Amino acid sequence: MANFNRRSFIATAGAAAAALPLVGGKAFAQEKIKVGFAFLGPIGDYGWTWAHNKGREAVNAAFGDKVETVYVENVPEDASAIPVLRDLAQQGCKLIFGTTYGYMDQMVQVAAEFPDVKFEHCTGFKRADNLATYNSKFHEGRAVLGTIAGKMSKSGVMGYLGSYKVPEVVLGVNSFMLAAQKQNPDAKLKLVFIDSWFDPPKEAAATETLLNLGCDLVTTHTDSPAALQILEQKGLFGFGQGADMSSFAPNAHLTAIEDIWGPYYVERVQAIIDGTWASTDTWDGFKEGTVVISPYNKAIPADVVALADGVQAGYKDGTYDIFTGPIYDQDGNLKVKEGEVIGLGDLAVMDWFVKGVESAS
Amino acid sequence: MDSAFIISAIITIVGISTPILLAGLGELVVEKAGVLNLGVEGMMLVGAIAGFAVTVYTGNPWVGVIGAAAAGALSALLFGFFVLTLNSNQVATGLALTIFGTGLSSLIGLSFVGRIVPQFGSVFPREMAIDPIGRLFFGYSPIVYFALIMVVLVAWFLKSTRSGLILRAVGENDLSAHSIGYSVIGVRYAAVAFGGAMAGIGGVYFSLVITPMWAERMTAGRGWIALALVVFASWRAPRLLVGAYFFGVLMWLELNAKAGGLSFIPGAELIPSQFWAAMPYLMTVVVLALISMRDRIGSSAPACLGKPFLPAT
Repeated sequence: MANFNRRSFIATAGAAAAALPLVGGKAFAQEKIKVGFAFLGPIGDYGWTWAHNKGREAVNAAFGDKVETVYVENVPEDASAIPVLRDLAQQGCKLIFGTTYGYMDQMVQVAAEFPDVKFEHCTGFKRADNLATYNSKFHEGRAVLGTIAGKMSKSGVMGYLGSYKVPEVVLGVNSFMLAAQKQNPDAKLKLVFIDSWFDPPKEAAATETLLNLGCDLVTTHTDSPAALQILEQKGLFGFGQGADMSSFAPNAHLTAIEDIWGPYYVERVQAIIDGTWASTDTWDGFKEGTVVISPYNKAIPADVVALADGVQAGYKDGTYDIFTGPIYDQDGNLKVKEGEVIGLGDLAVMDWFVKGVESAS
Repeated sequence: MDSAFIISAIITIVGISTPILLAGLGELVVEKAGVLNLGVEGMMLVGAIAGFAVTVYTGNPWVGVIGAAAAGALSALLFGFFVLTLNSNQVATGLALTIFGTGLSSLIGLSFVGRIVPQFGSVFPREMAIDPIGRLFFGYSPIVYFALIMVVLVAWFLKSTRSGLILRAVGENDLSAHSIGYSVIGVRYAAVAFGGAMAGIGGVYFSLVITPMWAERMTAGRGWIALALVVFASWRAPRLLVGAYFFGVLMWLELNAKAGGLSFIPGAELIPSQFWAAMPYLMTVVVLALISMRDRIGSSAPACLGKPFLPAT
């Protein structure tokens, strides 16, 4: 395993690029297969990127000496992702995973430049012959959290700490809210976007703001345990994101959605080895084991646990879908008729919030 | 808008202002001595991880704060060696210190991800902080009170002590201070170390108080706000206190604008939250413009700020 930070990586990549014409591109052909990862945050965020890195470690464990993985942390979601992706390709990576929505157009561009390299974009929807997309149905997990929240919030006013208004987060908000409303029809959800995936002090201050505005439970769609720690101090409840965060907030942590990327990454690396890789669109959830719910907090009553388990079981056997009509939007217009279900294609680009969600922007 | 809302808003504002107040106060002394250290963000991160690590091992957050101050001062002395002894460019070296501190803290922090630490006890008896008014005055972390005491001490030191006068002399006219026998380099080393220690304590406020955990880059750019704050305060400690809380109010407004919590202000929903996020920097530019307009009468920036000390041999 090569452990690069971004700066030493750029230096190394520069040296590698300079050496390339001498070595010749074929030099890599008989070597072990190199797999690259572009990460949004630090692998130590204990959330989103941490979970992706666990997936990378699963690849190392599964293939041993046959595969080498490299990663770059803290790759911004702007044009500066392009040289990073390009450098990974020039280093000889055969398969490159871009692990956040914001790399979408950058990956489309770099994939076109390197037709022999396979690219995989997490949570995106633009594909090409050598650019696949993969995602996880986090919203299935959010339906479990919403079910619990609807029962555990005494005031019925809940907070949602969001990052950006991208489809993944919109789906999470709507799924959480619809599930909560099934338990408490009067539930309200105050939504705040902090314009960052990872900013612990801002996450903490935003959580305090939500509590100040009357929320008695906050769920997070940002990547650090900061919100949970504030809730722990105030004796209130919340949920972990991306990983079991109960060690940070043993009382406040009701449960968490864990992202399990390992099996998918192993499967895709195997496809490269076998020569069977194809540009696909994968969207797994509870059924495939990509979404897992952490152990429940003992504070959750048995009947609520049963409800939450029921949602999980329903997703596994296909009898439950939170996006089943009737669903109204924020202004009260009927968007989904009784009995209809929103299709995956529409979910992937969802940009409106359901009734009861209060947002400023 | 009731009193409970206002009180919890004030408590939030005091909390988010304290790290920039601490780091800004340190940087103010550094700049008063004529040195510009742009490495505040890096020193804060080094302090944050060092203090966290020490607390993990000793189980005592107070020892952790001392560790944070020591680590911040050490990283600042490294900066000092380059700019004071080797006379390297202060801007470039300061930026390098930020990059170095970010990387070093991430490296040390690898083994501390996911660890938890014991919390500070409260300064005042818990009974005093039960009702809202009590919480408003007696419910903060010890570091908040430490920051307030340091504002008074720094203001008094700079204004009323002989050492403070020497420090200011070194920052205003290093050659004159040198010619009457003061050690310019020695004073600047001391100031730089103090600035590093304060930045370290500001950093550890993140990893021990706001969110008691280690996360890479957890200061998230507050070091840069602290630098802006020093200019905003036109290099005066009492104004720095007002400025820190004012910046805190702006950060609070930003979050409330995002959450739709400003409905008590007519028309507030028309102002996007990004406007409030940009305000600290915008206000700093405005203050800079005001200072330069007033500069015909008397300058507020230390005259030797950022210049290397090169005495004629």
